[in-house]
Amino acid sequence: MSTSTIERTKEETKASQQVLGSEAVLKCLIEEEVDTIFGYPGGAIMPVYDSLYGYSDQLNHYLSRHEQGAIHAAQGYARSSGKVGVCFATSGPGATNLITGITDAMIDSTPLVCITGQVASHLLGSDAFQETDIIGISMPVTKWNFQVTQADEIPEAIAKAFYIAKSGRPGPVLIDITKDAQQSSFEYTYKPCDRIRSYHPYPELRKEPLEAAAKLINTAKKPYLLFGQGVILSEAEEELQAFIEKTGIPAASTLLGLSAFSTRHPLYVGYTGMHGNYGPNVKTNECDVFIAVGMRFDDRVTGDVSTYAAQAKVIHIELDPAEIDKNIKSEVAINGDAKQALKALLPLVNENTHEDWLEEFHACDRIEMDKAIKKSIDPASSKMTMAEVIHKLSNYTEGKSLVVTDVGQHQMMASRYYKFDHKRSHITSGGLGTMGFCLPAAIGAKIGAQDREVIAIVGDGGFQMTLQELGLIMQYNVGVKILILNNEFLGMVRQWQQLFFDKRYSFTEMQNPDFIKLSESYNVPARRIENRDELEDAFDNWLNTDGASLLEVMVEKEENVFPMVPTGSSVSKIRLE
Amino acid sequence: MEEKLYTISILTEDKPGLLNKITIIFNRRKINIRSLNVSSSEISEVSRYTIVVSLTKVDVEKIVKQIRKVVDVLGSFYYEESEIYYREIALYKLGLQVYEENKELEQLIRNHGAKIVATENDQIVIEKTGIKQETHELYEALVPYDLLEFVRSGRVALSKSKRRTEAFIQELETSNSNSLSIKEF
Repeated sequence: MSTSTIERTKEETKASQQVLGSEAVLKCLIEEEVDTIFGYPGGAIMPVYDSLYGYSDQLNHYLSRHEQGAIHAAQGYARSSGKVGVCFATSGPGATNLITGITDAMIDSTPLVCITGQVASHLLGSDAFQETDIIGISMPVTKWNFQVTQADEIPEAIAKAFYIAKSGRPGPVLIDITKDAQQSSFEYTYKPCDRIRSYHPYPELRKEPLEAAAKLINTAKKPYLLFGQGVILSEAEEELQAFIEKTGIPAASTLLGLSAFSTRHPLYVGYTGMHGNYGPNVKTNECDVFIAVGMRFDDRVTGDVSTYAAQAKVIHIELDPAEIDKNIKSEVAINGDAKQALKALLPLVNENTHEDWLEEFHACDRIEMDKAIKKSIDPASSKMTMAEVIHKLSNYTEGKSLVVTDVGQHQMMASRYYKFDHKRSHITSGGLGTMGFCLPAAIGAKIGAQDREVIAIVGDGGFQMTLQELGLIMQYNVGVKILILNNEFLGMVRQWQQLFFDKRYSFTEMQNPDFIKLSESYNVPARRIENRDELEDAFDNWLNTDGASLLEVMVEKEENVFPMVPTGSSVSKIRLE
Repeated sequence: MEEKLYTISILTEDKPGLLNKITIIFNRRKINIRSLNVSSSEISEVSRYTIVVSLTKVDVEKIVKQIRKVVDVLGSFYYEESEIYYREIALYKLGLQVYEENKELEQLIRNHGAKIVATENDQIVIEKTGIKQETHELYEALVPYDLLEFVRSGRVALSKSKRRTEAFIQELETSNSNSLSIKEF
């Protein structure tokens, strides 16, 4: 047989291939260049897992210990790699256990494709074993969802799922596949999706707002720029830097924008929000032109919206039209991708410097240093503080590690004191504030960026919400470095109880297990330290261990995160102590 | 800002589950839907939703933008009362005997521009099309006659603009931009 005959036969086989629905799922994933899946098997998704058995050379599946672990890992993977995170779960409880992660991915714009098994189509609506209406449940928290009841719907559904998840403002998509659809054969072909007529993810930039924005920027005396995760999602880090450097505008980050711009840059003035830096918060209400790039004015950023940047002309660069004028009314709205918008804006703006204005930020920095930072990073107490540990970790790693945090005081301390100097280096649960996010997300982040040093910074509370994923670390040798900052309290809630609830510490004190023994039982080497003079040596051992390792630092029980903008207050009313 | 009645008109692909995806946008914000109607449009496989809400202009704009985000929504627009032609339909059921014993009823029904659409099982069914105030007036008039049952449909509305839905859909199919679905149409 000649080569061309063989080729032709191959093509024909490909064209008329009879494939099981369950196998088609995997073929579609491979077409979408997926090589990593996080998941947990169960009855209704067993056919897919059975097919997966024969695909282990092309698809790396990581078995979590709980579906919530699987989805947070997929989120961490997506955010460190820039690819779509994929996760599998079974019907009923398997699917409902994904919901927290799906919701988190929705509010933090993380591209995910979740595939859930479902009971056979003739049992739908019959309250069958492990049947739940996951389409109904996930509707408000997915960018799109779809139930497949026939095998031949699988390729189109998955193609659409990937296109929707990753295009425009990314988000989670859920595909629910009934067991009978997985088990029936059909003629398999795959066509990627690049167009849906009702869905237009990339608005064309319009000339007028760009010109209007440039005019405002070029005549501004006190311009101020705040960037968010939109910069990271559109990979606009270089364009952002070029724009900031050309215009000389002081720039601050939102929580999710961190690491999009080096904290060492002379025009970087800190991070904003409830526990952000003093300067960027108060200067928000003093600037004349406010440029928001790829961010959505979350209430933790704005505090009281009626006073927020009320004196300024706001330029809002944002991909999602529904975010424009949602919380803060803009003078000029540039509806578009941050990268494209910054590229288009760059030639229209003048080279400039704003030395006096920048100096005002530095003056604020000195106040913050005296009143808040010094006592946090160089405390008088014999016990270490979270701020101090993170400050030293930042110096030790030179701001180059990929830091994944959980939710609470340690998260705010990490965003304040870790000095990011490498892009895509900060992963946290920002919008939803999901405790338990850190450990599984760090696992996914490491798998998605194997050459990076991934550090999971977590509190004693959040660690115990998903610590079962130490099992995943053990089974697949995932080299995550875990730092537990243990204050034996739910620290952020305790801080609020202290400040706003008359120190009535209602159910925030925790009796913890021996984290060292626990970690060692999963073959993760671990060490606990209590004294400051052990810290450097502990870092040495912890970060130079091959594979995963855990360091538990006992910290001050009643440390508070300051500065703080109390809920609903103006950002000008930020408390320094 | 003052609340007003707004009529939201939505063009969508004809897909199951979409009604739910649209109504949860209102539920989540605790916005009461005054009336809702789903029907086919003049384009095959394109549905038209007509939703009436009482909101401020700022809020109705936000809602319309959220609706546009739903995949399978082709377009979403809002109108004030003066910008649309709109009607509701109401049905009223009376006992046949009551109708026959009260001769003035025939005139009353005619005066209201209503008509009898069924007479069977000792009952009559009256149909009235109009704006809510008109169907309500007939309701008030029929209550003294032992009104057995009453139902009113959701509002259906068409905008006064000379737009062609077909042209809009065609533009959507050829454009790469989402600014289309944003502009007033």
